[in-house]
Amino acid sequence: MTTLDVPVRNIVGDIDKPRGGAPAALVRHSVALARRSLIKTIRTPEALIDVTLQPVIFLLLFTYLFGGAIAGGDRHAYLQFLLPGMLAQSLAMGGIALGQNLNADIEKGVFDRFRSLPVARSAPLVGAVAADIVRYLTVCVVMLGFGTAMGFRVQTGFVPAVAAVALSIGFGLCFCWISVWVGMLVRTSGAVQGVMFLLVFPLAFGSNVYVQTSTLPGWLQAFVHVNPMTPLVGTIRGLLVGGPVAGHLALTLAWMAGLLLVFVPLALRAYARRT
Amino acid sequence: MSDLVVRAEGLRKRFGKTQALDGVDLAMRRGTVLGVLGPNGAGKTTAVRVLATLLRPDAGSAFVAGIDVLRQPQRVRRRIGLTGQYASVDEDLTGTQNLVLIGQLLDLPTRDARRRAAELLDWFDLAEAAGRQAKTYSGGMRRRLDLAASLVGHPEVIFLDEPTTGLDPAKREDMWGVVRTQVTQGASVLLTTQYLDEADALADEIVVINKGRVIAHDTPDGLKRRVGGLTLRVRPADPARVPDTLRVLDAVAAPGTSASTDPAAGARPGAVSVPVTGDTVLDEAVPALRRAGVEVTELALHLPSLDEVFHALTEGTPQAATTTTAKEDELV
Repeated sequence: MTTLDVPVRNIVGDIDKPRGGAPAALVRHSVALARRSLIKTIRTPEALIDVTLQPVIFLLLFTYLFGGAIAGGDRHAYLQFLLPGMLAQSLAMGGIALGQNLNADIEKGVFDRFRSLPVARSAPLVGAVAADIVRYLTVCVVMLGFGTAMGFRVQTGFVPAVAAVALSIGFGLCFCWISVWVGMLVRTSGAVQGVMFLLVFPLAFGSNVYVQTSTLPGWLQAFVHVNPMTPLVGTIRGLLVGGPVAGHLALTLAWMAGLLLVFVPLALRAYARRT
Repeated sequence: MSDLVVRAEGLRKRFGKTQALDGVDLAMRRGTVLGVLGPNGAGKTTAVRVLATLLRPDAGSAFVAGIDVLRQPQRVRRRIGLTGQYASVDEDLTGTQNLVLIGQLLDLPTRDARRRAAELLDWFDLAEAAGRQAKTYSGGMRRRLDLAASLVGHPEVIFLDEPTTGLDPAKREDMWGVVRTQVTQGASVLLTTQYLDEADALADEIVVINKGRVIAHDTPDGLKRRVGGLTLRVRPADPARVPDTLRVLDAVAAPGTSASTDPAAGARPGAVSVPVTGDTVLDEAVPALRRAGVEVTELALHLPSLDEVFHALTEGTPQAATTTTAKEDELV
């Protein structure tokens, strides 16, 4: 090794003030950390299986294996009914990997370095969540693309379809904070998956994703009506294949706000306490 | 007091049933290396994590670069570099990407972050591997990248938690060179280690921690003196003069001791050792040997090794101080 001929301190200005103020710094640091997550995603494309192959398999399975039985033989009609719901379910499942990745990062000590740097406490989590936009966009593209190949048709128009995609990504970004929180709480990334599946499966299946709510027993209908997946699926269905949107949309937005209000502080607190 | 760049008083931290820190005081002078020495689980890592703002203590106070670690952690973070016990580089990122990210998080403009990354990669002999993912690096390369990451922001205070654990001897020497260079450039370094020779080679002062408490704080030589006296070792040029040498040295022996032919492991036979009270003994021994007509090929004062010091200070501790494979502080 040669000698390093640089002064120990060459930073000019007030080193105690983040460049551009605290809010600008949070955005800048989050973007830098989101970029890190994206690089990791590009380097390990197999980590995208849960937002590509998995939803496709679900779609095939339910359309061709169960579709006939559930929808009385009309597979095309069932696909039109199922796909918006599958999209919502895939978004909820797509957030699970985020909690797992963050958990693994913490165990490896990568986050210790971030914590020893003068960045906002929330920046590593916000950055990781922001990078997940790419995964949710992938879910939408794969579901709509593959669904179209299977015979699914958007019956509304381009603008409502784009709105459906935007809402889907937005919901994914809110819902994944549950996964982030769980990722901060449990010891191993495997446990994150276990806990999150326990949560997501009842939400996905105890909803209007697969069957009309009217076919369910009363007590289950009651659960479906308070399930956040239900208004989301209703909104996406309305936007893609037609039907009422406004009421579902209002409820969905309320759920999204609620998820953020509850789980962002919980996740940040758990992150701060994690040693 | 103003030249103390790290000052901690009464640090306490409990994890469940384990009292990891039980009232630790630390002081490091600016521009020096402080070695924190202790067996596995002594609390070294916990102490570093508190000072590096990663962990809040249950009690006590800590100042780094004159700033209160508990009240103004962000200001402390602008002045420190941390290399943890595990190489915490991002394996999926390249060497350059790892360092540029750190630079960006330190608010360097991207161009400056790139320049600094290139400079450090070059200095750490990683220039050729700069574009490769860190997962392809050898253990030594990862350590170097990890250390480079902690230097991106030109830190005033550098915390190194067992920086050479698991490295081969040549790589350890390289790492020591890095530490020394940082100090000559004005930084202060607090390093934990299980290696006594490392503390001896690098540290201006050593703190020995055991079971969450500081049991000694001294210079390496001071520590050695505290435990055992000095030993004077003399090797007569003519082995036949050993009995004469024994007689001469008996006269300068510390009270209650006597000279003996050197039984120390690894030493060539034919030398005579005697416990002495201080270095003034040379003023007597050298003329006495000359008067007796004994020619010598070796005449030296030896301090006890840090190993002996350590074992004396931590007597009753089951863990070996020199364990090389175990990781410290599983609980943190």
